[in-house]
Order: sequence, then C-alpha cells, then structure tokens
Amino acid sequence: MYKARIEVTLKKKILDPQGKAIESSLRNLGFLKLGGVRTGKNIDMSVNESNIDAAIALVTSACAKLLANPVTEDYECEIFDEAGKQVAQFSSAQGGASKVAAK
Amino acid sequence: MTTGKVGVVVFPGSNCDMDAYNAFGSVLNRRVELLWHKETSLDGVDLVVLPGGFSYGDYLRSGAIARFSPIMNEVVSFARKGGLVIGICNGFQVLVEAGLLPGALLRNSNLKFVCKQVYLRTETTSTPFTSGLKKGEVIKVPIAHGDGNYYADDNTIKGLQDNDQIVFKYATAAGEITAESNPNGSMLNIAGIVSRERNVIGMMPHPERAAEKLLGSDGGLVVLKSAVESLN
Repeated sequence: MYKARIEVTLKKKILDPQGKAIESSLRNLGFLKLGGVRTGKNIDMSVNESNIDAAIALVTSACAKLLANPVTEDYECEIFDEAGKQVAQFSSAQGGASKVAAK
Repeated sequence: MTTGKVGVVVFPGSNCDMDAYNAFGSVLNRRVELLWHKETSLDGVDLVVLPGGFSYGDYLRSGAIARFSPIMNEVVSFARKGGLVIGICNGFQVLVEAGLLPGALLRNSNLKFVCKQVYLRTETTSTPFTSGLKKGEVIKVPIAHGDGNYYADDNTIKGLQDNDQIVFKYATAAGEITAESNPNGSMLNIAGIVSRERNVIGMMPHPERAAEKLLGSDGGLVVLKSAVESLN
C-alpha cells in the first residue's frame, strides 16, 4: 500500500487568473517582494498495489485519463511508502511515466 | 410531428435540460426525450443535446467527470458514426473533455461568472447547425458561465481556421470582433466550434434560452431549427 500526492497546475504558458488575483491582493497588502503567483490543486489518495512500479503505472494512468487535462495542465506526483518515506517522484514533463527518484 | 427524435442528456447538476426539452418539443414540435446519464443506450435518437449546467458540481474540471458517465460511451460512438451532437455551455465543456472537440475551456480571464446577452457573428454556414443563417449574420443570445475562455494550442487554432471549424465569435451588435465584445478572454473571440466532420458543435452561449419571444429573444432558435431540419 502506498500513498500518492498529485499536484496539478496550469501549464506555464497559460495565464492563471486566480494566481494573478492573489498576487494583486498580496501587493495591496504590501508584499511587494512576492510575485509570480501560480495556483494549483493537490489530490491525495491511497494506492493499493504491492510494488512501486505497479503503483507508478496506476497513478500515471489515472493522471492521464482523468486527473489532469493534457491540453491545459501539468502534474507532478510523489509516492510515499507506509512509513511516509518518498519512494518515487515523476511529472507530466517527463512524459509522466518515468521514475526519477526511486530510493 | 416530423421525423427525427431529439435526446437531451441529463447529468446530475444539469440545469438547462428542460430549456432544451422545451425548445425542441414545444417550440419546434419535435419528438424529444430526456436521457439520464446512467443510461447505456441513446434509444434511437437522431440528435443528442448535452445541456448547460454544472454537472458534478464542476468538480475537478468542468465536464471532466460527466465525460465518464455511462451514456457518454454511446454519445462518443454516435458522434464517431456521424450522428449530430450539440453541446451547450457545460455540454461544450463535456465535449472537449471527451475529445470530441479540440481545445479546452479555461476560467474566464476576469475570474467572473458572466451572465448576460451577447452578440455572436456567424463565421460559417456550412454546418447542420448554421445552415439557416447567413455568413456574417449576428444573433443575440445569452451566456452564463465561469469557465468559457476557449483555449487551444497554435496548431489546433490553425487547424480550426484552415478547416472552417470556427462557428461563432463574440462580436458587437454590428458584427465587429473587438476585445470589448469578448466576455471571457476566449482566443480569437471564439464562442463555438464544430468538429472537422461537422456533426458535433460546442458553444458556450445558450440558443435554447433564446428560443421564443416569451423568453425575451428568439435569436437562438435558428441554431436548433437548422439542426432538426437537417434530420428531415
């Protein structure tokens, strides 16, 4: 059993009006050194697989099919074991399928 | 009663299903039935309508969850076989999520939910949905959406232009395409597009809410009328 945390964000080239509105509010509050605000969403889930490669394949498939829209969104995913240790990390920028930090 | 049966899909959270039902049934005098999203058959309909609303509360992304409703398998194969499909507002969002139309609908650039009358300029009449219009003709219909900002990558936009797939653009009453007449930040003021095979249309504005004078305007009726007349 693993846990997965997926962070979905708008692609960099797409305007994030929500991020802009937050940035503007920060400026109004005097946070003039903060900028480039972008928003996104986290999706957490348990992954009922017994080996990490199967877990990665399953989460990648869920991202591609439902969790992120490939036209407008990127995703980054971390997978943790039962002890809470990160065992894999991958993103749509790497094609979504490669394990970059299996430890 | 004439030939052709219309099916209006009802998702949990659809709220323009009865408007569409009324426009096709009472105004255009066609056979029309509601199709619950859990159905696995289109019951022999000749025209499928995906209505406006907030299917599944717009959770995850607008249209993203409705796109996997059981009936959508049937809608996709119906469309692939050339069947006529109209997606209005949330229905347009469902169609892009389902891959039946290219691109995506982002949050309105001003972050506001925009509910008002707009003018649309007809960009092409060579679709079953706009055959009753003249090229350049302006119609007045309402919009009501928060995620209507049409986006596609450059290649897709070029494809839409090259293949005459842009159906309606937001315009002034005189038919000028201006930044001020764009209510949501859509690329090229795009309000509606048609599939390459010309049988699937998606549009953010609501023709069914402007289908009879009683509703304040019947400017949208021509879109629905053209579609059903093409079934004859």
